Amino acid sequence: MSLVFYILAALTVAGALAAVLLKNTVHCALALTAAFAGLALLFLSLDAQFAGFAQILVYIGAVAILVVFAILLTRDSETPKDTVYGPRPLIGLVAAAGIFAVLGWAVLRSAAALPHENASPAAAPNVTVMDIGNALMGRYVLPLEIVALLLTAALIGAVIVAMHEKEGAR
Amino acid sequence: MIEKADQIFVLLGHWLVSFLPVWLQQPVLVLLGVVCIIVTFPALFAITVLLERKGLGRMQNRYGPNRVGPYGIFQPVADGIKSLTKEDIVPLNADAVVHFLAPVFLVVVVFMGYAILPIGRNMTLVNLDAGILFFFAIGASTELSVFMAGWSSRNKYSLLGAMRAVAQMISYEVPLLMSSLAVIMMTGSLSPNRIVDAQNQYTFGLPHWYVFTPWGLAGFILFAVAGTAETNRSPFDLPEGESELVAGYFTEYSGFKFALFFLGEYVGMMGIAGLGATLFLGGYSAPLEVLGFVPSWFWFIAKVMVAMCFFIWVRGTLPRLRQDQLMNFAWKFVLPLTLLNLFDAALWRFMGPGLLRWFVCSAILLVAYVALARIGMTREKFGPRSYRYAE
Repeated sequence: MSLVFYILAALTVAGALAAVLLKNTVHCALALTAAFAGLALLFLSLDAQFAGFAQILVYIGAVAILVVFAILLTRDSETPKDTVYGPRPLIGLVAAAGIFAVLGWAVLRSAAALPHENASPAAAPNVTVMDIGNALMGRYVLPLEIVALLLTAALIGAVIVAMHEKEGAR
Repeated sequence: MIEKADQIFVLLGHWLVSFLPVWLQQPVLVLLGVVCIIVTFPALFAITVLLERKGLGRMQNRYGPNRVGPYGIFQPVADGIKSLTKEDIVPLNADAVVHFLAPVFLVVVVFMGYAILPIGRNMTLVNLDAGILFFFAIGASTELSVFMAGWSSRNKYSLLGAMRAVAQMISYEVPLLMSSLAVIMMTGSLSPNRIVDAQNQYTFGLPHWYVFTPWGLAGFILFAVAGTAETNRSPFDLPEGESELVAGYFTEYSGFKFALFFLGEYVGMMGIAGLGATLFLGGYSAPLEVLGFVPSWFWFIAKVMVAMCFFIWVRGTLPRLRQDQLMNFAWKFVLPLTLLNLFDAALWRFMGPGLLRWFVCSAILLVAYVALARIGMTREKFGPRSYRYAE
């Protein structure tokens, strides 16, 4: 764990905390973007170029933009007078803790399942973008196609929803 | 001698660095590269602005700037001094922090894109395996800066401009990516250097640029259209349509922050032009084999500047689109053509060398182009064009 890791981790955690704690919704969205960027930089510091750039492209370029767009379109972006917490913060806390526990359990288990858990990071295989592409198009082609189908279905669904609204207005 | 001229900046950098201790050499070399990029492209920006004002003036039958220095060549200097000394006004209700961050973020992000562009032989700042992906990832973040600027100004014009800009940039990012994908598919690499190397070959003294293939030409045109829209450049400059929105998302910016937006926009345009040159126009390779003695960096800069002249020409010629036309054009015309172009590139690859593939691939693209345009026209119920003249 180097200094870079700690700086990036601090950036990510601070961004995530700000995303939850800030009052203004747009500020929250921008803080979330900072957290995404921190995560992408963490990936890059681990030499995972594809994961890092995909994180920037998808999360900052698309998800964050979508979030701010949704905020703009659905309600005015004035600062709310009351607290930002919902009516039942405890339930949310429990749900978040549960998800965190499941994720943590999965990560710890997978680390134990790795063959060389004591190997130094430098010994990790150098995975290039081409390797990832070959894996996606070879071994994991079925999951990829299923995801593609799902996304296409979602896209068509969204278009149909939008079209109905237009016909109703006429 | 030719080799020396080609590598002059690389050699100069290594020579300068050789005075330093070994452990400092690599970081300082990178730093030198960064400084060179940050100095060169704003200088080109100043030249472009002058060129644009003069060129637009010529196209619109007026003089353009001609007061500062001979033929007005010192106009960019005067503009720079003006924007530096002008009062920086932040609206009372504006979100001061985000208002300040937006132009800074834009400029930083736009310059980061240059890190992967091969400006000359051995002159790529960071030789990334996934360089093109990096460029697009960075390019996608400029939308956020536009949104930040528009939202933090607390101005309806700004907000409307930002929403237009973000919607437009999202829409045109898809065809931009898709048209470059054909090149990536054919090269089999995301590395800009590999893409340039693949094009840096000659048959009968003519280069193997991708633009000289049917799918490459179609891809290049689509890339140019999408790139123009992506940089909010005329005729796609609705986000800053001054007749409707004052200046769009940077309405509330003055002084040096406005200058930063201006700089960011032009440097971003040069970045897209540089990427287009790398993908389709052979990057730093010479247009003819006999011209190989001219340094490689000269060709890259020349291609970028020609692209900028093209941007200026288009701005002086074409009227601005309407918002619905813009969106329809992106989703119903450009995107289907880019998808077809991917298929066409694959066909080109698998048909093998010969004259047949030239005919087949060109025919597919031409038929699709005409059919899409015809269908789109009849559905919009456009009649034949009618001209009316003032009597």
